[in-house]
Amino acid sequence: MKSTARRQAYGVKGAPYAFLLPATILFALFFALPIGYAIWLSFHKVKVSGLGLGSGARKEVWAGLENYTDALTDSELLHGTLRVLGYGCVVVPVMLGLALLFALMLDSEKVRLAPFTRLAIFLPYAIPGVVAALLWGFLYLPDVSPFYFVLDKLGMPQPDLLDGGPLYLALSNIAVWGGTGFNMIVIYTSLQAIPAEVYEAAKLDGATPTQIALRIKIPMVAPSLVLTFFFSIIATLQVFNEPTTLKPLTNSVSTTWSPLMKVYRDAFGEGDIHSAAAQAVIIAFATLLLSFGFLRAANRRQKQEATR
Amino acid sequence: MSSLAVPKAEPVAGSTPTADQGRPPLRRRIALIPTVTLLLGAVYCLLPVAWVVIAATKSGRELFSTFTFLPGSGFAENFRDLSAYRDGVYWAWMGNSALYAGLGALLSTCVSAISGYALATYRFRGRETIFNVLLAGVLMPPVILAVPQYLLLAEVDLTDSYLSVLLPQILFPYGVYLARIYAAAAVPADVVEAGRMDGASEWRIFTRIALPMMIPGMVTVFLFQFVAIWNNFLLPYIMLSDDEKFPITLGLFTLLEQGANTPALYTLVITGAFLAVLPLVALFLVIQRFWSLDLLSGAVKS
Repeated sequence: MKSTARRQAYGVKGAPYAFLLPATILFALFFALPIGYAIWLSFHKVKVSGLGLGSGARKEVWAGLENYTDALTDSELLHGTLRVLGYGCVVVPVMLGLALLFALMLDSEKVRLAPFTRLAIFLPYAIPGVVAALLWGFLYLPDVSPFYFVLDKLGMPQPDLLDGGPLYLALSNIAVWGGTGFNMIVIYTSLQAIPAEVYEAAKLDGATPTQIALRIKIPMVAPSLVLTFFFSIIATLQVFNEPTTLKPLTNSVSTTWSPLMKVYRDAFGEGDIHSAAAQAVIIAFATLLLSFGFLRAANRRQKQEATR
Repeated sequence: MSSLAVPKAEPVAGSTPTADQGRPPLRRRIALIPTVTLLLGAVYCLLPVAWVVIAATKSGRELFSTFTFLPGSGFAENFRDLSAYRDGVYWAWMGNSALYAGLGALLSTCVSAISGYALATYRFRGRETIFNVLLAGVLMPPVILAVPQYLLLAEVDLTDSYLSVLLPQILFPYGVYLARIYAAAAVPADVVEAGRMDGASEWRIFTRIALPMMIPGMVTVFLFQFVAIWNNFLLPYIMLSDDEKFPITLGLFTLLEQGANTPALYTLVITGAFLAVLPLVALFLVIQRFWSLDLLSGAVKS
């Protein structure tokens, strides 16, 4: 492609740009362009003239902030957001708490069966969210569930896991089950990177394993905890697969259960791509705002720790 | 299940008050608590998998009448029914998933490798900007991208095609991030410089010198992308309407949707879920020894 003269002129200088070309093109086509298009759509609406027949009858006209004010005052979107926030308040602390606990246990001395349990806890990562929701969905169904079988034998009351409050726990459980192993490995890996001398020194000072875990290990893996926390929050806000998969099994999961499900419904169920786009832009903006705010706070804290 | 879990959980709960009573019991208990905690975690994580393995062996009647963890006698029949369902569409879904995930992950790894290498090796204007913009792609909720991606691909008549699922998944920001970290750790600057001294072109240095050094890390990136594409649901859900082109996740979902009111289809869904889990679990067991765990957290030791 390039002439010899050009290559000589640019030499090494042009190489990184050439190497980054495929990624840049793909980014432009499949990330930047769709985002730009979504923003464009969000500021437009369809104006139907006459009976809406004929080629010129449907026209996209400038809508200003109309789609945005509609979305922000939409009670369905608000309820979906509140539902997902409630769900996230269960998922994120439980998942990361378990991940940290398992990582510390794996890292402790004289633990047995560590390779087997590590693999078993990481295994759900390999199982698609849809399949995970499907498996748990069956385990929640009274007709086939072992839990109900045991409760029945014990003569205990049988809650409906697919309705009301328990539904949140049922959905949270699927996310915790799927995500704990991955986060455990991330935390465990950074635990392994702590030099052994640190522990030796602490042991000479008479620290117990619990003290070592609380005072040394957890503070030293704080950066990975921040990272896992950050990714978990983003993943939680974007929940879509699990409630969508459980939907056929219960009447309690509406088509607008989570904000992304509502975006999907509005775009493809109702065919209102303009208001779906406005909602999508709001969700993306909120995610970015949250991410940057969080990263900033995390950075500031790290700097404070460093100067202390 | 509860009979197994309760007695085992006891030492964990009872350990705190006795913990500072003396050294020997302390040492014994400390070794026991982590092991038991991890075992409980393993039981929790394996439970649904164990359930689906057993449930897949049950005939439709056994599924509702026998105890959940008792194997049944219907696996061969379930397997035949599933294979016969709509002229074997289930196996078409499996093949599609293998195609999307295999080819997609391969292309994706190539793009990640070359981008990561460029970002790690060269100092050039806009390096951090390009990197940060690519990385911001991670933050974009998939629906935000998928809805306009659908509309744009519809403009060029590409929706409901294999390409509509394949193309948007080639660029994985996380893969670029991992490749950059790995290239920075695995490809020494003096080796690249030596290649330049010998008059090799930048492309040749990359393909002949750097790429072989990056292979172990790229295996990890490939596996990540493979799992990510195999597990993806939303993109094919939005893009595809012809169920001959569905990947397994979407296929099982539609089967569940149809089967929700028809218990006769439950056995098909369960057997289908069991068979869908098998390839990834097998892949997982085979590659776990190669799986560079360090790379997972981006912590590469030099």
